[in-house]
Amino acid sequence: MVQKTASTNGSTPALKPKDFASDQDVRWCPGCGDYTILKQVQNVMPGLGVPRENIVFVAGIGCSSRFPYYMDTFGMHSIHGRAPSIATGLKTSRPELSVWVITGDGDALSIGGNHLIHVLRRNVDLNILLFNNEIYGLTKGQYSPTSHEGTVTKSTPMGSLDHPFNPAALAMGANACFFARAMDRDPKHLNEMLIRTHQHKGASLLEIYQNCIVFNDGAFEVYTDKQRRSDTALYLEHGKPLVFGKEGEKGIRLDGTRPELVKLGEGQWSESDLWVHDEKDAFKAYLLARFFEDNRHEDRLPRPFGVFLDVERPAYDEIFNRQIEQAYEKKGKGDLDALLAGEETWVVK
Amino acid sequence: MSVKITEKDDVTIRFAGDSGDGMQLTGSQFTNTTALAGNDLSTLPDYPAEIRAPQGTVAGVSGFQIHFGSKAIHTPGDSCDVLVVMNAAALKANLKYLKAGGIIIANVDGFGKRDLSLAKYGPEDKPLEQIQTSGYGLIQLDVTKLTRAALADTGLPPKDVDRCKNMFVLGVIYWLFSRDIKVTQTFIEKKFSRKAEIAEANVLALKAGYAYGGATELFSERFSVQAAQIRPGTYRNITGNEATVIGLAAAADKSGLPLFLGSYPITPASEILHGLSKLKHYNVRTFQAEDEIAAIGSAIGASFGGSLGVTSSSGPGIALKTEALTLALMLELPLVVINVQRAGPSTGMPTKTEQSDLLQAVYGRAGESPVVVLSPESPADCFQMIFEACRIAIEHMIPVMFLSDGYIANGAEPWLFPKAAELPQIKVSFAPPREPEDAPYLPYSRDERLVRPWAVPGTKGLEHRIGGLEKEHGTGNISYDPDNHHQMTLIREQKRNNVAANIPEQKIEEGPESGKVLVVGWGSTHGSIKAAVNELNAEGLAVSHTHIRYLSPFPQNLADLFAKFETILVPEINNGQLIKLLRDQFPAFTFHGFNQVKGTPLPVSALSDAIRRATNF
Repeated sequence: MVQKTASTNGSTPALKPKDFASDQDVRWCPGCGDYTILKQVQNVMPGLGVPRENIVFVAGIGCSSRFPYYMDTFGMHSIHGRAPSIATGLKTSRPELSVWVITGDGDALSIGGNHLIHVLRRNVDLNILLFNNEIYGLTKGQYSPTSHEGTVTKSTPMGSLDHPFNPAALAMGANACFFARAMDRDPKHLNEMLIRTHQHKGASLLEIYQNCIVFNDGAFEVYTDKQRRSDTALYLEHGKPLVFGKEGEKGIRLDGTRPELVKLGEGQWSESDLWVHDEKDAFKAYLLARFFEDNRHEDRLPRPFGVFLDVERPAYDEIFNRQIEQAYEKKGKGDLDALLAGEETWVVK
Repeated sequence: MSVKITEKDDVTIRFAGDSGDGMQLTGSQFTNTTALAGNDLSTLPDYPAEIRAPQGTVAGVSGFQIHFGSKAIHTPGDSCDVLVVMNAAALKANLKYLKAGGIIIANVDGFGKRDLSLAKYGPEDKPLEQIQTSGYGLIQLDVTKLTRAALADTGLPPKDVDRCKNMFVLGVIYWLFSRDIKVTQTFIEKKFSRKAEIAEANVLALKAGYAYGGATELFSERFSVQAAQIRPGTYRNITGNEATVIGLAAAADKSGLPLFLGSYPITPASEILHGLSKLKHYNVRTFQAEDEIAAIGSAIGASFGGSLGVTSSSGPGIALKTEALTLALMLELPLVVINVQRAGPSTGMPTKTEQSDLLQAVYGRAGESPVVVLSPESPADCFQMIFEACRIAIEHMIPVMFLSDGYIANGAEPWLFPKAAELPQIKVSFAPPREPEDAPYLPYSRDERLVRPWAVPGTKGLEHRIGGLEKEHGTGNISYDPDNHHQMTLIREQKRNNVAANIPEQKIEEGPESGKVLVVGWGSTHGSIKAAVNELNAEGLAVSHTHIRYLSPFPQNLADLFAKFETILVPEINNGQLIKLLRDQFPAFTFHGFNQVKGTPLPVSALSDAIRRATNF
């Protein structure tokens, strides 16, 4: 056993993050949040224990979907919204590959909404990174399905009328087994979430808040600027109470099934009264998904970051291939001559 | 009592009844028995799109026509000799298909007051009596009563007893045509192997019908049709969709590649998904996707991973797949796209046949998007042409469209099937792994046929990115260079055209090699054209037939064939699509069209007239 490990190490020199960077110039706008995400993805790759040739990035269309060109792995920049379906065909036919889907809020939730919900419900073992910047960037600034109501853009000069999608709630509705949220401005946490996304067997959806510096700058500032972030961002940790605030003075307790924002240290509530995060609890994950208030206003429920839900259900690609094995076990390898002849034949002399 | 038996060269029977009467099953059973008796045959199922249209109405009538004979049979027949009707609506919908002097076998139980009213006959109408005075032969059977009497001792509930009515009728028809009931008996026993009492009841009804034919004096004669003089060998009966399924499994076997079908159910293509889903032990994987786009997307993903990606649909679904098809074309991956054409546009007539997606297949995409287009000419030919589609897709790294249609898909004919060992191997070459010291891998380098290498994930040293953006020749990197785009456009076109060097030459099938009229067909009109041309040749009118199965690119010698004829007639079940391609590519010749868009195969009689007229052009 020891020998085997040694020889594996000997024949494959350890790769470094830079080994995952392709020779292509990265062409996102200077200051785009995508750079940080690319860097963190390249950072986590060497540690995954997957040979580089077994890693595939499949993207749709949009700024984020240029991602595969910058990774020195196998990659496909496909068509708008369809990456999950292409990745499904690839993963089911080649289950040994590590397949990552790169998508944006327009790609995944507007034109490709159908494929996203179906890939989640089927639970195909894919790592789906949803770069959410709440705007259409590549087409130069129209509102997206995650833009706030009233967003003024080129196509909505009087403000958008659309109510935004809540990706976490959508994932729960599609019976996703893994949902997490991270943001570009917190690379350390993002790094950790990328690893968790990879570790989960089945469809993993990681929503990443990503700043579009040109068309929607500051969309997530309320969760990132030093003044406000501790009051608006709630970092989830498995087994830990939901605590936030500058001094950890705020918490969430459950009043029946209703989450309530409470102040700690004032005598009424203490940490032992708080909701303890359990990422294996799908019921609680549904409630967390509803934490979707406009945090530009004060005293709203904070926006959760981290792993909402991480539960197991058989991965589609696994059961898909098991069924094929069962067919072989039951019927043996198909005899082409028998198939050609069918059940009834006759001879003409 | 013995009834005289009359020999016939060929007979056409049409079974018609309510959707719930089991006419498709009756027809296909008669077909299997007829095939095993050695007749040549051709069939045409004709059913409504609704699973159960209102019972007893004309809209709910389901029909099945079979033309069989001791001579070569090319079409299901323009009209029938024998019409079997289970109710008044079936008579109303189908009387127009009965030849003058033909025989009607009617279930009188389906001609009650209510049945007549549902079929929209007037209160004074007595359609069966009117028939007798119109020179048709009429055999009246009270099928319900007779079946109930035959099954009286089974103890089955009336609902189950009445479900055996079609087997009683089939028994009568078997007697009338001097056929053995054994094939159907075996089929029933197998189909209901877990419901012994149902199997027994159906067999009882079948036998009772057969006995009834002989015991009554309803029939003054019986018929027999001798085995056909066809090429010696072992035959089976096959429909187009079945042949397509087997052809795909054969291509998986002969290429050694897993076959991956991504599909979304649609009439009349769904049987391909059903058929392949049973063949998992033939290295076949099937995926029922959430929509048409995901279906082709999954097939492209599988092809990227080194499987043979296939997607199957019909016209409206193909329209949805179009953008993804252009991606496959840009990625230069093997992909087979099956279009079982139906009457369009939009939802059109889903269960009716048409050849109107040819221009969509050849031209109907954004940008300059050349793909290969093939079309089978008959149900059995689906086997060879889908195999060809797979071979070309793999050997040329290109999407191939396979244009079947509703008539070919559901129609059946005898098939002199090949042995597995006789089928050619399909050559697959994956790009080999590379070491870090090797020269950089160029995903868009090309061989002499302009085919790029197939480099699948999991191969060391071949990490590369492909996508829908224009690529630089050789490296495959994104390129907006004007000259590069021009060059790549021409390369993709030439690459498709190079397929012409890898397909058979076009041949004259019937009639002289040169002369007055050449009839040029494609797809499911083959049988009608062949029958019409044979008929005219027998009359002494020298006309010829060639059938194009490779539609894009065309065979290289096509112009040489055209040059040997004075007039070229192009019959199609559309408003003139092949003719547009021919006029575009062969401007030196004059082409005349003959077009009918009725959702049915071209009638031989109308076609013969058109060809006769063409001899006077």
